[in-house]
Amino acid sequence: MAEASSGGSRFFGPSDRHLLGIQGMHPSRIEPILDLAESYALLSRSRKTPRDLLRGRTLINLFFEDSTRTRTSFELAGKRLGADVVNMSVAQSSVNKGETLLDTAATLNAMRTDLLVVRHSQSGAPALLAQKVDAAVINAGDGTHEHPTQALLDALTIRRHLGRLEGLTVAICGDIVHSRVARSNIHLLTSMANKVRLVGPPTLVPRSMASLGVEVHHSMETGLRDVDVVMMLRLQKERMSGGLIPSAREYFRYYGLDQRRLDLAKPGALVMHPGPMNRGVEIASQIADSDQSVIREQVEMGVAVRMAVLDRLSRGGRS
Amino acid sequence: MSTCTVFENVRLIDPASGLDKPGRLLVRDGVIVGHDLPDAEGKPKGAEVVDGQGAVLCPGLVDMRVEIGEPGHEYRETVKSASRAAFAGGVTTVAVLPTGSPPIDDPAMVRMLRFRGEEPDYVSILPYGALTKGCQGAELAEIGLLSEAGAVAFTDGNRAIASARQMKLALTYAQAFDALVVQHPEEPTLAGGCATEGELALRLGLPGIPTAAEAIMIARDIRLVEMTGGRLHFGHVSTGEGVELIRQAKARGIRVTCDTAPQYFDLNETAIGDFRTYAKFSPPLRRENDRLAICAALADGTIDAIASDHAPRDPDDKRLPFAQASAGGTGLATLLGVTLTRYHDGTLSLSDALALLTCRPAALLGVSGAAARSGARPIGILAAGAPADLCLFDPDRAWQVIAGELPGHAQNTPFDGRALEGKVMGTWKNGRRVFGGAA
Repeated sequence: MAEASSGGSRFFGPSDRHLLGIQGMHPSRIEPILDLAESYALLSRSRKTPRDLLRGRTLINLFFEDSTRTRTSFELAGKRLGADVVNMSVAQSSVNKGETLLDTAATLNAMRTDLLVVRHSQSGAPALLAQKVDAAVINAGDGTHEHPTQALLDALTIRRHLGRLEGLTVAICGDIVHSRVARSNIHLLTSMANKVRLVGPPTLVPRSMASLGVEVHHSMETGLRDVDVVMMLRLQKERMSGGLIPSAREYFRYYGLDQRRLDLAKPGALVMHPGPMNRGVEIASQIADSDQSVIREQVEMGVAVRMAVLDRLSRGGRS
Repeated sequence: MSTCTVFENVRLIDPASGLDKPGRLLVRDGVIVGHDLPDAEGKPKGAEVVDGQGAVLCPGLVDMRVEIGEPGHEYRETVKSASRAAFAGGVTTVAVLPTGSPPIDDPAMVRMLRFRGEEPDYVSILPYGALTKGCQGAELAEIGLLSEAGAVAFTDGNRAIASARQMKLALTYAQAFDALVVQHPEEPTLAGGCATEGELALRLGLPGIPTAAEAIMIARDIRLVEMTGGRLHFGHVSTGEGVELIRQAKARGIRVTCDTAPQYFDLNETAIGDFRTYAKFSPPLRRENDRLAICAALADGTIDAIASDHAPRDPDDKRLPFAQASAGGTGLATLLGVTLTRYHDGTLSLSDALALLTCRPAALLGVSGAAARSGARPIGILAAGAPADLCLFDPDRAWQVIAGELPGHAQNTPFDGRALEGKVMGTWKNGRRVFGGAA
């Protein structure tokens, strides 16, 4: 299999065990997940999800970093499939040494966990755990590395609205250099023959990011021209206190999404945001709440995608 | 009613186009019409005629490094008094440092300064924006909003950006707005003294600043420009080591530029003998070998512009023990005369000397004919359509600088007593005479 040599261990592992990232994932493995997620979206709406699918399985949400949205989304996904879901929030200070993380892995093994959803502030932490635990590991966001289920849910949302997931031009805007969401989306979208533009100030989108096979723009006016999809990213407050941009007002003036800028994109272009939004900083309220915005649908697709991932991983590649 | 002025019997020098010939220039309604016009067009009926008596007519000088007292230090100087000094020196446009009180780190302040310079009796003002908030070196200022308000470049004035990370961020961020970053090249932890480190400072018992403080900062920042691809200008370079680093960087295609000020190519550290505080500068006056290196760098084009580094100071700022006295000297009125010393000693041609004072600083600030940003008035050139900002001067007429008798309010000149050749006969802003009587 192509993915076995180019990173198959990252998704569903050598024995289809883990989801650690999108990089290296072959498009032929992405489409079936999206198809499955699509069906789960319909089943969720009709409240007919197969609650016996993960009966007797244990899913632990192991969050070393706060994230109410993602954790809740995985929790709902697990419960809709009948898993026993446990949330573990772990104080960052107690696991800032690799050894402690491995101790955690040993503990989880002793608890006979089946599925482990991991969020961590350090890139590569879920990969390290995956080497040491018996459970299937799902990366729910690691440092500035990847957030694979976010990219999958974004892809599903795009496909549902635009009918395809290739030949599109997608602008990802904002703090790209620190964004795991952006990285996963770049990998997914470029692997499926879409054009990706990164747009933001040079301190947040260095030119060197062009090495990822994307175009880099420092002007929204050029970056948004004729795009099919505009993905906005949340601006972290620490980017301002860290001196990467001068102020929220300057950021919105040059990199905020307003109607004038959105008008540069193709008519009906989708507006996306992984949430939570800073209204008036990266996106105008009027745009966030407009007909072009699919932000709420992204949340809905998030649960569906996570159900599909849990489904696939629980089968251990025997689907 | 339309107004016309004809300048005749003048030597027209426009370094931007290479023009240097006797001729005539026609100005209508404050705008240059042309210089090669046939008699019928070139001397309209009823036009005011200015007989230049063979003197040089060139673009009004563009001084890219000026402090004025406004806002916050009006007791030192005001826009009005600075304008008198500027016009007497042939200067029609000044780039004003953002280090007033409050600092120019808000778009409204930039607009305020611009508007002041649009008054007919005042010198045109191109404000610098603060590079960091409050010029404190810690957080980026709003470079985009300040640019939009009319800031031509970004600097913290005489405060070097000490942190390499901060300079890296500034050079990186500024690229989104194609903004020029201007650095005071002095490594601040080495710059605690008040005179150039060496025998003279030792004898006078003054704390020294090594010349390497300049080279260290320049070397670091060149590396940061290489890393980020930004655009950096070093203000008032003063050492041989510093200009050599810039010369090498330019040869490698790195986007760095620099200016110097008259005190660094006309004076050396001996001017501070007897603790003469009018000769106290930041960076301090250097040794003779550095002065000669600056002259050589002017001649070979390593130095891109000459700025007056005009820093008005009140007598109370200067009548203090040397180490406690404020650094800086006035320079607007003497800028042309001192620069012409390098023409008279053969270091520079007249056209090259004027290029350093007109089109080259205008180009650095993005306001020259070719480089003018959209909507900006092109300055520093004698081209048709440009505003008639003009300087008429006799390069051979001698005069003496006398502190206390200079135009303008501030009198703290380091050139007190100096005999200069090159006197401004008249200055015009937007075609209106703002200095000099009958030529």
